[in-house]
Amino acid sequence: MTVRTIPTVASSPPQALLDAGGIDARWSRVVEVPAGGPGTTTRSWHLLDNAATLTGEPVGTLLCVHGNPTWSYLWRRLVAAGAREDRPWRVVAVDQLEMGFSERTGDTHRLADRVRDLGALTDVLGLTGPVVTVGHDWGGLISLGWAIDHPDQLAGVVLTNTAVHQPVDERVPPVLRLAMAPAVRPLGTVTTSAFLETTLAIAHPRLDPLTADGFRAPYRSADRRGGIGGFVADIPATHDHPSRPELERIADGASRLDVPALLLWGPRDPVFTARYLRDLRERLPHADVHRFEGAGHLVVEDRDVAGGVLRWLDARDVGGSPGERTPAPADAPYRPLGAALDERSDDEGTAIVELGAGARRASWRTLAARTDELARGLAAYEVKAGDRVALLVPPGVDLTSILYACLRLGAVVVVADAGLGVQGLTRAVRAAEPKVVIGIERALVAARWLRWAPTLISAGPLRPGVRRALGVAASLDEVAALGRSWEEELPWPAPDEDAAILFTSGSTGPAKGVAYTHRRLGAIRDVVAATYGIGPGSPLVAAFAPFVLLGPALGATSASPDMDVTAPGTLTATALAEAVRAIDGAVVFASPAALANAVRTADDLADADRAALGGVRLFLSAGAPVQPDLLEAAVALMPAADAHTPYGMTESLLVTDVSLDELRAAGAGNGVCVGRPVAGARIAISALAADGAATGEPATTPGATGEVLVSAPHVKERYDGLWLTQDASARDAGWHRTGDVGHLDADGRLWIEGRLAHVLVTDAGVVTPVGLELRARAVHGVRAAAVVGVGPRGTQQVVVVVESESQAPLVADAVLAANVREALEPVSVAAVLVATRLPTDVRHNSKVDRIRVAAWAEKVLAGERARL
Amino acid sequence: MTRVLVTGASGMFGRAVAARLVADGHDVRTLQRGPSGVAADVRGSVADPATVAEAVRDREAVIHLAAKAGIVGSYDEYEDVNVRGTANLLAAAREAGVARFVHVSSPSVAHLGTSLAGAGAGAADPDRARGNYARTKAAAELLALAADDADGLRVIAVRPHVVWGPGDTQLVGRVLERARKGRLPVLGDGAALIDTTYVDNAVDALVAALVADEAAYGHAYVVTNGEPRPVLELLRGICAACGVPAPRRHVPAAVARSVGGVLDTAWARLPLPGEPPLTRFAAEQLSTAHWFDQRRTREALGWSPVVSLDEGLERLASWTAAERARTVP
Repeated sequence: MTVRTIPTVASSPPQALLDAGGIDARWSRVVEVPAGGPGTTTRSWHLLDNAATLTGEPVGTLLCVHGNPTWSYLWRRLVAAGAREDRPWRVVAVDQLEMGFSERTGDTHRLADRVRDLGALTDVLGLTGPVVTVGHDWGGLISLGWAIDHPDQLAGVVLTNTAVHQPVDERVPPVLRLAMAPAVRPLGTVTTSAFLETTLAIAHPRLDPLTADGFRAPYRSADRRGGIGGFVADIPATHDHPSRPELERIADGASRLDVPALLLWGPRDPVFTARYLRDLRERLPHADVHRFEGAGHLVVEDRDVAGGVLRWLDARDVGGSPGERTPAPADAPYRPLGAALDERSDDEGTAIVELGAGARRASWRTLAARTDELARGLAAYEVKAGDRVALLVPPGVDLTSILYACLRLGAVVVVADAGLGVQGLTRAVRAAEPKVVIGIERALVAARWLRWAPTLISAGPLRPGVRRALGVAASLDEVAALGRSWEEELPWPAPDEDAAILFTSGSTGPAKGVAYTHRRLGAIRDVVAATYGIGPGSPLVAAFAPFVLLGPALGATSASPDMDVTAPGTLTATALAEAVRAIDGAVVFASPAALANAVRTADDLADADRAALGGVRLFLSAGAPVQPDLLEAAVALMPAADAHTPYGMTESLLVTDVSLDELRAAGAGNGVCVGRPVAGARIAISALAADGAATGEPATTPGATGEVLVSAPHVKERYDGLWLTQDASARDAGWHRTGDVGHLDADGRLWIEGRLAHVLVTDAGVVTPVGLELRARAVHGVRAAAVVGVGPRGTQQVVVVVESESQAPLVADAVLAANVREALEPVSVAAVLVATRLPTDVRHNSKVDRIRVAAWAEKVLAGERARL
Repeated sequence: MTRVLVTGASGMFGRAVAARLVADGHDVRTLQRGPSGVAADVRGSVADPATVAEAVRDREAVIHLAAKAGIVGSYDEYEDVNVRGTANLLAAAREAGVARFVHVSSPSVAHLGTSLAGAGAGAADPDRARGNYARTKAAAELLALAADDADGLRVIAVRPHVVWGPGDTQLVGRVLERARKGRLPVLGDGAALIDTTYVDNAVDALVAALVADEAAYGHAYVVTNGEPRPVLELLRGICAACGVPAPRRHVPAAVARSVGGVLDTAWARLPLPGEPPLTRFAAEQLSTAHWFDQRRTREALGWSPVVSLDEGLERLASWTAAERARTVP
């Protein structure tokens, strides 16, 4: 079955189509280009070009090349965005020949033809100033071909879900393989619109019908779709494919490009999967990368790619004079995180104690030796510095030794919390692209079936048969054994290389990977030591995951109590006391949930347990905000201890600290008092504007509410594979924007008022939730409260949703409503609603998911039915 | 002192406007069928051009509240008063050299049946507004704003939302009547946020409109207390203020809307007395959100509400107690 293409010259799309797509009619042009070969004289192209509507001199030109089966419509928002007043860019988005509204010639266009044709077109057009190529899908490859051929004009490259290399020995993705089969291709791509419809159907979120029609417009009939089939036929998947040499040429040339590069990626792409992104990152190691978690192949449609590209051009000053980036603040002297282990490799004293079933004790010497063996063993298994290793091992001797082994080797540890759930964990681990997963059996099962990494190493026992079924490469003991015979020198990693990727809790969107260098990890140890005076003389009990690992770095003997660390509420007072007794513990770290359960089970304590707890001099409640009354109760359990609670986040584990005494002195205020900056840290506030945006310059004016900024040697290096997120969080040189909102008081204490994303803007001004929630919770009968806004920003109404001990949903009775309103005066409250249960985050089970509460309130207060 | 004509001064709202203007020392004339009891009356219908011409004579300003409200009657009956009446007044006012014309409209002119949460004053839509009242008021507002003339008669449209207070026969009266008969259901969960306007605030807004900046004229403004509440809370508040039991019966909102639709049809086709116990319009009003962005209104009119919702309910309670003392020996 063949469909003949009827030759047709290029045309402009119908006005209605342009209008629906927000495309200025002046951008739509038809250009005649002299044909290279003999025979025909010209080829006619349709393209979008905003040159006519620019009000000022453009910085340069963005040359945008679509893939298959889209057209310049894909770039319409970038064409519009480029025509901005300040630093405008000319944006030229072409329809390739046989595609979009360009000419249907009926000819075959090989990759080399397409690259040459594009060059012929730009010769006629005359591009303004430096050029940045922008490509999607196979357009990425063609745009790179143009880039390589025009080095004098080239100022940068932007690539979105594309590939420059199709190794013959690797299998083409199944979706494409089907479309490429000679028998299927014409039917799937030309005769029917199946290929086109499939592409449109995998947009996330779904395309609205009007937009989908825009993509379909030039491909309404079979004779218009010849180019779609032609593109698929030109995929050089075999050695002898005619387009193979050009592919190799572009792939090689791309590896030599040294202009700024931006890779924008939608990971939910069945064709251009993670390995193509990996290949591009290897070719363009200097590229900035942003993965739009949740977006797919049509990433340009799914997310604000236009805004992202312009932000990147500005931030990298592409097309301008290359400027110096603000230098990082001077750092303290560098000492590797694992230095103490190395220094105490002959010490027979206890380093670490693991309680519970299979309790273990390791001396400094054993731990140092084990770490060294594992580091060498991993090297023997060809894990190199810079390779990523995901650790899915519960805290204890195994985790500690493998963590320090990776750091010693220079392998980058990837740590995500099991609290994210299998789906969240899969998304996080796969985003980090580890080479190896080291885990307990349960983790390895998920790692194999959900394709987290190519190589699996087991920690702890496996049931019979599991090893083979999962294809586990080795056990930790085998790695260590191999390491004992690995004699080659193991250089220490450089301080500014990546050391770890830690994942956020994902309570505000998908979990984000946060990259730390060795220097910054060392700084975390130093700030903990300086703030809390923890060192060799202060054995510590850690019932809170991150701190379990810090003991060996601090040179302190550490113990983890018998509990499920992923479920903090399982810590009993007896288990805590047992751990304290085991090492004569002076310091206790625990999350509020763990502390609360310990307090609840205090009656079970034996006298010896009480005596042991009486020896604790310091305890820290970490990980989530804590109520002062819980700290009071914990002090009753550990009467000689100072109670402290630090404030921090994955991006900066310690920002401030406050003691119980200081909390008492501070009293009530607008928000939760989190104390003063820890050693070496500085805090500033970026004040909120009337519209709730944090636009203020970093300042320390008391009383001004704004986004909390932190600057410290132990703050994250960057977000991993999230260039746009990183750029936004670091837009003030030297500062990290935390996304939290708060204010400083006259005594320099920081008060947290909520998340930036949870700020309300009413017609009376900006309202922050935390302080109001505390006041609502003080009302009789209220167990928990969330303050959210409904309605358009600027005129939002304040809604208080409470968990009540006595009332059923939904509209609070007159007495409760009146009491809550009185407690919140002078803030005007539109509604007091009762919910059975307020949703909280998975990790700490303590932070209310206000976004969800707000969405629910918006619905029920509009008279709709909704579930919370 | 300004010479003002107030139309529709027999209802709670119109009478309060006329009384306020009198108290402020203005020369007030009123036009309505019955006596206003507060100022010099011209009695008759706005649908009658001769009556209107007599009422407008020598006036400097007009506040036009007269309208056929409620839900009973044919489209023609509504059109006669609301559209033709407004056209008559506008023509007469222009003829008489009136300078300022405050057209009292309703947010329902732009309400198409869905929830309004923080909405502005949308365009009046006579084709799609819900019910005869809203449609004819929409047409009237379009006429009024079209008559605004920068060099002659200046027109401003003010849309107070659900005006209530002591002596109100619309919201308060109906709620009480039904509550007393045990026929006051709560639609759905009763959570729909509804904003209302205490009568004194609405009066203030109209007086403010009369003296507002020139630039405010030619446009429509929604006026409310700016204190939306879940409808159940409002009903409870009114019932409590008037000493009647709060509503207890919950009816699913969708059921109420369908029943309302059926009753609408029955009352339209059959010679049934009075008003239907529930109309689709009422069901929609009571089960969807209605609250508005007040920023533009407050700035343009230089007005903001003085009596809070709670204060209004207290005043309603005092008034009810006084009435009871007066009527029950």
